[in-house]
Amino acid sequence: MTVVFYSTAVIAILATLLVVTGRHAVHALLYLVVSLFAVAVLFYLMGAPFAAALEIIIYAGAIMVLFVFVIMMLNLGRADMEQEERWLAPTTWLGPAVLSAVLLGQWLWVLRQGGGGDITGEIVGARELGIALFSQYLLAVEMAGLLLLAALVGAFHLGRKRREDDE
Amino acid sequence: MLLKIAEILFIFGVLILGAAALTWVERRLLGLWQDRYGPNRAGPLGILQPVADMVKILTKEDWIPPFADRVLYVIAPAIIIIATFMVFAVIPLSPSLGVIELNIGLLFFLAMASLSVYSVVLAGWASNSKYALLGGVRAASQMISYEVFMALSLAGVIMMAGSFNLRTIVEAQQGLWFVVPQFFGFVAFFVAGLAESHRLPLDLPESEHELTAGFHTEYSGMKFGMFFLGEYVGVIVTSAMIVTLFMGGWHGPWLPPLVWFGLKMAFFVALFVLLRAAIPRPRYDQLMAFGWKLLLPLTLANAVITGGVLLAGS
Repeated sequence: MTVVFYSTAVIAILATLLVVTGRHAVHALLYLVVSLFAVAVLFYLMGAPFAAALEIIIYAGAIMVLFVFVIMMLNLGRADMEQEERWLAPTTWLGPAVLSAVLLGQWLWVLRQGGGGDITGEIVGARELGIALFSQYLLAVEMAGLLLLAALVGAFHLGRKRREDDE
Repeated sequence: MLLKIAEILFIFGVLILGAAALTWVERRLLGLWQDRYGPNRAGPLGILQPVADMVKILTKEDWIPPFADRVLYVIAPAIIIIATFMVFAVIPLSPSLGVIELNIGLLFFLAMASLSVYSVVLAGWASNSKYALLGGVRAASQMISYEVFMALSLAGVIMMAGSFNLRTIVEAQQGLWFVVPQFFGFVAFFVAGLAESHRLPLDLPESEHELTAGFHTEYSGMKFGMFFLGEYVGVIVTSAMIVTLFMGGWHGPWLPPLVWFGLKMAFFVALFVLLRAAIPRPRYDQLMAFGWKLLLPLTLANAVITGGVLLAGS
């Protein structure tokens, strides 16, 4: 179990690194899909099969397909890849690297405090998850729902306006 | 362990042979319904036609266009094969037969269905030609939209069985098949399954008359063969899921469970072929409007009413 966990974690980290450093937009997105798969496996190993399945259905299966869809429509060519290369100049790495290094230090400190626990937790099924979402975390669920509704209304408004311009 | 491996190989082999045979069955059935013969030259009744097709497809030049994105172009057909075959791992064929019993079996099916979109989209994009790209774009929006209704139409089934486990769902239909209380869910799932396997009448991603062959325009040889095979396996898998979720799975009188499962599945496969012969292709905006304006409210109402009835009864 530990071997599977850590090898999957390494895959997730490597794939995510390739997303950030990749110059080709579609290839980078596909690495992101691989990274999401790895995270889904991690969820599964840690006793959350429902969350793992949702990770694949919603993130890898729906949201990322929409991303690929948009990138496909943009039809990025060689010029965009060169631009990306310029954006990835060493000086641009400086700020994020410093901030990430601080975060890494803090994270390592937290890990030292907490000590190593067992990877596999209690298995959380769909029923327990549903009950938790609609009792303990009800406020967060409602707020997320409101946010999504606002996004939906906004998108509808934008789409509608453009159609009136055409006429 | 050995027995399990034999079981997996058996299911895998039946599936491949079934898909190959289906290419012949479909053409013969289409011929029957269109008042002509169909392929009847190779072997008795033309039953060796899939073998002839296989020889042709394997010996054809396997050409990768120089303007294509090589890696993705090669990966794309593999994805659809993997995604469709993987679904069969969670389908319980009889009380004892079935590769794996997952507690999230239904979600696994939905996950694989949503991943098969990548195959079509990437094939369309990696081919780097206008027809393929248009096919890929159509496929992406069609399959993303119909995935929504597919998942929603199953909400009622999940509520009634109280589980995502497909074996539990089949066992819950011991007395009454879910097609009766979940009729609207069944209809929505059927249409969504048709759209997901992008078969005629809903084959807009590859509609020959406008897009030559849509997303697989540039493909040839066995890479095209994999899309072809993936489509037929998709039809079998969708039929198997309809049988499992709505038609009581292996339940039935007199005959052994596996035979019942096979018979029900064959019925739905034939229905898929009949739809191809009977219904013309809709326009693209009609397809989208049908989904979002009819199926979405229908499945939502179905889920709400099922939930209400179950809550009142408990």
